[in-house]
Amino acid sequence: MHPPSNLTLSKAGEQVIETEVLIIGGGVTGAGIMRDLSLRGVSTLLIDKHDLCAGASGGNHGLLHSGARYVSGDLHSAIECRVENEILKRTASQCIEKTGGLFVAIEGDSPEFAEKFPALCAKASITCEELSVQEARIQEPLLSEKLFKAYRVPDATIDPFRLALENVAHARVTGKSNYRPHTEVLSFEIKSGEITAAICRDNRTNEISRVRANQYVNAGGAWAMNIAKLAGCSDISLLYSKGTLLVSHDRLAGHVINRLRSPDNGDILVPGGTVSVLGTTSIRTEELENVHPTVEEIDLNVKEGAAMMPILATTRYIRAFSRVRPLLQSTSGEDDREATRGFALADHTGQGLTNMCTITGGKLTTYRLMAEKTSDLIAKRLGNTNTCQTATTLLPDGEACKWTEPGASPKYWYTANDPDDMILCECEMVPQSAIDEIVRSAPGAEDEMTLEAIALRSRAGKGPCQGSFCGIRICSHLYDCGHYHDKTGLYHMRDFFNERFKGTRTIIWGQQAAQMELAEALHCGLLGLDNLVDE
Amino acid sequence: MKEEVRHFESELAIIGSGIAGFAASIFALKRGIKTAQIGNTGAVAYTTGYLDLLGKIGGSTEIITDPWKGLEQLQKNQPDHPLSRIPIDDIRAGFDQFTDFLNQAGIGYSAPLDHNLTALTPVGTLKPTLCVPATMEPGIRALSDKTPCIIIDFKGLKGFSGRQVVANLKENWPGLTTKRIHFPEMEKGEVYPEVMARALEVPATREKLAKLLKNGAEDALIIGLPAVLGMHNPDLVRADLEKLTGLKIFEIPTMPPSVPGIRLREMFEQVFPHEGLTLIPQQKVETLSFDDKGATLYLKDNYGPITIHAKSVLLATGRFLSGGLEAHITGITETLLDLPVTQPKNRTDWYQDKYTDSRGHALHKAGIEVDELFRPLGQNGKPYNKRLFAAGIILAHQDWIRARSGAGIAIATAYKAVETIHNYISEHSSAKE
Repeated sequence: MHPPSNLTLSKAGEQVIETEVLIIGGGVTGAGIMRDLSLRGVSTLLIDKHDLCAGASGGNHGLLHSGARYVSGDLHSAIECRVENEILKRTASQCIEKTGGLFVAIEGDSPEFAEKFPALCAKASITCEELSVQEARIQEPLLSEKLFKAYRVPDATIDPFRLALENVAHARVTGKSNYRPHTEVLSFEIKSGEITAAICRDNRTNEISRVRANQYVNAGGAWAMNIAKLAGCSDISLLYSKGTLLVSHDRLAGHVINRLRSPDNGDILVPGGTVSVLGTTSIRTEELENVHPTVEEIDLNVKEGAAMMPILATTRYIRAFSRVRPLLQSTSGEDDREATRGFALADHTGQGLTNMCTITGGKLTTYRLMAEKTSDLIAKRLGNTNTCQTATTLLPDGEACKWTEPGASPKYWYTANDPDDMILCECEMVPQSAIDEIVRSAPGAEDEMTLEAIALRSRAGKGPCQGSFCGIRICSHLYDCGHYHDKTGLYHMRDFFNERFKGTRTIIWGQQAAQMELAEALHCGLLGLDNLVDE
Repeated sequence: MKEEVRHFESELAIIGSGIAGFAASIFALKRGIKTAQIGNTGAVAYTTGYLDLLGKIGGSTEIITDPWKGLEQLQKNQPDHPLSRIPIDDIRAGFDQFTDFLNQAGIGYSAPLDHNLTALTPVGTLKPTLCVPATMEPGIRALSDKTPCIIIDFKGLKGFSGRQVVANLKENWPGLTTKRIHFPEMEKGEVYPEVMARALEVPATREKLAKLLKNGAEDALIIGLPAVLGMHNPDLVRADLEKLTGLKIFEIPTMPPSVPGIRLREMFEQVFPHEGLTLIPQQKVETLSFDDKGATLYLKDNYGPITIHAKSVLLATGRFLSGGLEAHITGITETLLDLPVTQPKNRTDWYQDKYTDSRGHALHKAGIEVDELFRPLGQNGKPYNKRLFAAGIILAHQDWIRARSGAGIAIATAYKAVETIHNYISEHSSAKE
């Protein structure tokens, strides 16, 4: 986050961008604020130093909490979740699968905890229905035979990538709002308690731009404390918790499966289209960049998950990922999972700043509420009296946003029935036309998009081969249509494979080892991507 | 219903149908050893047809131009490497015999030279290799001579873009251009290399394609095509197209599974039975056991059980892709006999952090150990059985991917193993057995 010391700003060369509100951080919260403000008629610029959902927003279970997870430790969060769960199911249904959730107790778990669970749910007005052990195992045959208690709650799954894309897409059509990926704030210019500009760098071109806004929103997630410090604010204090999750090759359950115990390692299994996501571990960390799964975390998740569902010990995994969650410092306690999952909005007036605020903490399920509270403050400061519309206005299907939905690509492809529209990603059935549409008009589309940016906006590379074949096919298609035109395309391909590998490195066993051997023989042995010299 | 058990007797049973297995069969035939080759379809269909010997050493990004000198360096730096344990003359003899056999069997190959060739890849990068199919050889010359050349690709062929090849080679090859055409009678939708190759076995298709090529060639003197020039007679197909167009033509490998690999597999499956070899492809050996008299292999195919009795066995089952090794959450095992596998201590050490790290990954150097006669070692560090030998990339202490040495390891170790097997059989057949 530190600007290079020798940075000189050429007044002539630098780009000046004007906007009413600059939103820093392209997670679901930043995207939600962008939409909320746009619906109130405020123009915004959303920037992210990487791309949408590059932090915790893209590195979680994709679980839309009913709130039941928090009833024992954090009633306030539980109620917030319950309310938001209902709102999002109504307004963002294209991003949600109403799977329902089970809380299951396995021999060895506390029977007392299990007994008092329905009463705790009732306190938060969360619907909680007890299932007999037999019923639960009929509905979820892969559950352990050692199951002794099961409850059903209104958990659901939510696709955070599509959610962020749809929010940005809606903001773009409603207001004069824009999104710029790989744009990082290096510093702020401050005059008499007011930020007059944010100095930003395009991390791909290294070009510097000066963003002048009336209001600045720091929605930097785990990076929020660092961004606040750039503006001289020391009132944001975060703890960082690293979570690691695994993606299985198959969907192993219809419901969200939660272990009925105090939150611990590997105790939630969430379906996501054709796969399941197991996690998480929770480790305190200081490191925000280069956060990757370790073998120990993987093995711990597998071991704990297998107690709940024995197949998790032997099933094929295709990916693992780690992200850092920001937790509010005010919380204490041994286990970060017991810390409050609430959020905080700092207006920084106590720090002598009048036109910046920071929103942090919270979770995916409450992103809309966080956006609402932040937008209320910003609107008030701007003298805008329009009220929040996101609790009632439906999130429309945006152009080029639909490709992240698992299992959707083949449907669209089949319906269009064009034999010349070839499937480029065979695992996830992503056709050429999807790539073309993303490159043309997806939120954040630009000249010479990286393969990673395209993959983020589609299912490409998410299947068992993890992009090892489709990376090549999509790359050659992009050369074909002139999107790539020189050697940089090779570097995009290499960088994409290196990025995908971060997610497979710790789970390469069984069939995945064969897959990786073939991939590497192809990428390195034949194409020589290990021999590209960085220019 | 009682199934009939088919039984075969042989002096040598080769398990595996990758390059190592096929090479071993060639060498065994040449030595007059009665041989059976078994094993489910190896990774041959994934090869490009290029036969690499050694292109890189020990984590360097430097390409080796003289692989024979490279071998000397390897012997000094990595004495455990399978290629370091074989006299260079034997490696040369192995390559000569292997390519001679391919040439005689109707798939033309360039002879091994004293230097690596610089071969083209489907994305327009360059790769060091020792021998290439005759259909690809003119492209290598055209690249070094910078002959005005046009890459002609086909609408509907995924993963092969002439524009990509040109974009990545144009700096060094100014006269390189590209054009896209429809493959005759496959105008709509996706086209597949294997289907195109079989179609080009038919003279009428060649005539149609030749017309399109001639019209598309513009000022180029030579045409580069994705590797689709026939399945069983690629050299004839190429010669015919050259005659019809009046232009030189060459092939560039496509993404796997690729035609040049399938050509090799189908040729072996056709030729070996004629040469008196018992070939049972596409089947996995279920059990292998040894007794005083020899080895017994048991497997099943669609017609029922098969047993093979052999005086010696060559294990050439490959690595993870071909099923010779298996990776588990707890470690790596050998699948047929549970031979000990030399491997990193922890799974954490299997891979570097970065996928394309030029040093390569420790996992790839895992494998089985062999003694100087290429007999796999058992738990006690002694040969598992006097009749059991091993060859190919299942052997430890090599990283064929980073070293660009897959075919080299396969051919050289097969050559050496068959030589020691031959000695073993001759010693024992004349005396007691």
